[in-house]
Amino acid sequence: MQQEAVLHPASIIAELKKNKVTHVVWLPDSETNFMYQQLTNDPDVDLVPVCREGETMAIAAGLWVGGKKPVCLIQNTGIFESGDSMRGLGLDVNNPLVMLVGYRGWDRHGVSRDSAARFIEHILHAWGITYYLVETDDDAPRISLAMEEAERTSKPVAVLVGTEFGS
Amino acid sequence: MAISNVDAVRILDEQRHEGIICSTMTANSVNHGLPSVSKNESLDFPMGGAMGKGSSLALGLALAQPDRKILLLDGDGSLLMNLGSLVTVSNKAPENLYHFVFENGVYAITGGQPVPGSGKTSFTGMAREAGYAAVYEFDDTEEFATGLHDVLHQKGPVLICLKITPVIENTPVQFRDRPTRTTQIAIKELHGIFTG
Repeated sequence: MQQEAVLHPASIIAELKKNKVTHVVWLPDSETNFMYQQLTNDPDVDLVPVCREGETMAIAAGLWVGGKKPVCLIQNTGIFESGDSMRGLGLDVNNPLVMLVGYRGWDRHGVSRDSAARFIEHILHAWGITYYLVETDDDAPRISLAMEEAERTSKPVAVLVGTEFGS
Repeated sequence: MAISNVDAVRILDEQRHEGIICSTMTANSVNHGLPSVSKNESLDFPMGGAMGKGSSLALGLALAQPDRKILLLDGDGSLLMNLGSLVTVSNKAPENLYHFVFENGVYAITGGQPVPGSGKTSFTGMAREAGYAAVYEFDDTEEFATGLHDVLHQKGPVLICLKITPVIENTPVQFRDRPTRTTQIAIKELHGIFTG
């Protein structure tokens, strides 16, 4: 019997450390709960919790201006809330920000009835933001690809996290 | 009593030392805001990019540069757009962040419509209950000029509410004076300073 592919928080955190990420600016969502638990105990990455997702890009912009390397971690629903921050403090200022986005409603094997899933890729296309899909540990190196692209293009890049983490 | 916008930014510029001033809305007006008085332009961070997100942007900078004072000049309408950031800021508790709210009671740059809760809302009260380390309120120019030294020696985050006389903009946006130091220029220069 084939073992089900799983995404573990350690795989993502290893990618963040490999890319010398200093801060994770985030609002918890169900897709990323296990990662939250690991990050809170990690001395190398500073967690910046926010009250609303639109804060994340602005805080990350301030960290970047100040010489740090942050990422954002929010759900796709939060991307919808964050439009003006992404425009003004991401795209307009050439911020090489990687946004890890919980892909609520994503289902590779079926038809998603969740509008959060149906709209997110259209929204990213509309803004000209490229994205990478991460569903299993084998996909985790795509985070490095996203980091390289963000730096090379001086633009935000999204990583859609298409599954809930395994513990 | 109230403090004029230009007096407020002039006093702040005179006492900033090496502090970065992040300014938005009225405090960033070309004609009566920080750009009209600044003698330290290389340390000015005009924030034109995201309405209401000044407090979040300044928090990020304060966390990245903990040894440098960060003075945020926010608007009352601007902060109202992002009230949750008071809790986000107090949770991270940056000791170097000084959050000035220019409370003029109106959306001055859109013609002077009153902000919700004008005259009823206490920004110092909200910041205190959100967990800021200290709060102050000034409505007199001389008291602000003499009191600012002590404020800037408090450990942050500190919120300072300044009662400001509104200066209403009615000129169509396309005919208003534009700042020479844009957000993009400031980001490029400040990023260069901080990353060597």
